[in-house]
Amino acid sequence: MSNTSGKFIQSSLGKKLLMGLTGLFLISFLIVHCLLNSFIFLNDGGVMFNEGAQFMANNPIIRIMEIVLFFGLIAHAVQALVLTLQNNKARPIKYAVNNGNANSKWYSRSMGILGSLLLLFLVVHLSHFWIDTKAAQFNGTIAEHNTYLEMIEVFHNPINVAVYLLGVIALAYHLLHGFPSAFQTMGWNHPKYNGLIKKTGILFSIVVPMIFAAMPVAIFLGWIK
Amino acid sequence: MSGHMNLTLKVWRQKSDKENGKLVTYPVQNISPDMSFLEMFDVLNEQLITKGEQPIAFDHDCREGICGMCSMYINGRPHGPKRGVTTCQLHMRSFKDGDTIVVEPWRAAAFPVIKDLTVNRSAFDRVIAKGGFISVNVGNAQDANNIPIPKPDADAAFQAAACIGCGACVATCKNSSAMLFVSAKISQLALLPQGRVEATARVKNMVAQMDEEGFGNCTNTGACEVECPKGISLENIARMNREFFVANIKS
Ligand code: HEM
Ligand code: SF4
Ligand code: FES
Repeated sequence: MSNTSGKFIQSSLGKKLLMGLTGLFLISFLIVHCLLNSFIFLNDGGVMFNEGAQFMANNPIIRIMEIVLFFGLIAHAVQALVLTLQNNKARPIKYAVNNGNANSKWYSRSMGILGSLLLLFLVVHLSHFWIDTKAAQFNGTIAEHNTYLEMIEVFHNPINVAVYLLGVIALAYHLLHGFPSAFQTMGWNHPKYNGLIKKTGILFSIVVPMIFAAMPVAIFLGWIK
Repeated sequence: MSGHMNLTLKVWRQKSDKENGKLVTYPVQNISPDMSFLEMFDVLNEQLITKGEQPIAFDHDCREGICGMCSMYINGRPHGPKRGVTTCQLHMRSFKDGDTIVVEPWRAAAFPVIKDLTVNRSAFDRVIAKGGFISVNVGNAQDANNIPIPKPDADAAFQAAACIGCGACVATCKNSSAMLFVSAKISQLALLPQGRVEATARVKNMVAQMDEEGFGNCTNTGACEVECPKGISLENIARMNREFFVANIKS
């Protein structure tokens, strides 16, 4: 049997691998982001939180990881677009009647929409915090930059709180499918571990978004000052 | 007769792949609950022929769930509402008197409609031709246990080999992905020593042909596993992914 295949990364499975790897990488970022932000629950007027933020802003490894994260996210979103367009082309005529709920979950079939919502949310989110922090880094005023106060201000606006809650709901459903899906994509499917992957996925997809959601809510209600 | 049903069918009619099709409504009377879905279509077709109309073209052969020919997307699901059956194994008792049943062909760019409910599934044959075989003649069946094969591997290979190539996985997948089918064919050979020899080239060639045919990309919705009449498991897709990644690292 001679080998007649083309380039790995142009193949369906190559593209899926990139999707899974970037997805897992984004999940690992999410863990760090969630842990650091949880400093606000100490309710110490932002002392620990700002120290964490300063550390992240000054650490060279984090600076490099930020660039990797940026390109990882772009790669994930671009690949998602390519895959979604190809998949739509694979069925030019749709069914008149299609009972998807009989065999799969709505959020599993809506990863493109959930991801697009996440992308929209990220634009808003980065414009709230990241741009100001970047500006401070370039102007050399990062030492005085108080991300904590900025956050308190943003989350006193009920519209912002609503936007963040919607973003977090989209994240929860994206992860509910994405977490176990990434394992399947990597080929990690084994009867001994499937239950663990599934349970961890559900727990992760609920707990992490809940912690994120608690932040704007607690600030808005004045529990955290 | 008691227990017999009157139904309204909405069936996709399309003269050829060159022409547009549409759903046409046909009432059918006096259907026995013990008929198979295909027998119900035979009754309808006899009525149509008597009236001088064109009968509805639909695929079928064995009518016992082993050949994979019968297709039909019934009320939004391939092979209808029951799990683990083909359309020929679906009985009319799965429906109620007065039901409206919508019947469409498999829908995928890679499965163009030939006529009415029949689609061209030769894309599957071309995928098989790229590697769904072993190149050498291994002779007559060996005595049992001549080649030691671990029981779990033998079982998994046997389960993968149960795939009848019906295409329900493609039909139900929101991406029209053929990965359940292709992964079953790759697995049944990759798990056994005779197939192992060519596993690297096989997985690369068959995946390349699958892409070439215009099937979509799997997003792990899991719909195929639920709708597959032979219970082919998603484990096979994970195995294909592993085989493919390793094959690309090695060569
Ligand atoms: C930029 C916005 C995003 C878009 C447009 C997007 C879109 C998608 C799409 C279309 C899929 C494919 C579904 C599949 O293959 O199962 C996917 C998978 C995934 N996404 Fe996202 N996503 C985005 C952001 C994120 C974020 C922020 C995370 C994590 C924190 C994430 C984690 C994942 C994971 C783990 C998968 C599963 C990968 C796999 O199945 O191999 N995504 N995403
Ligand atoms: S995997 Fe199942 S649904 Fe797909 S072709 Fe084989 S038997 Fe049919
Ligand atoms: S006609 Fe052979 S499987 Fe249905």
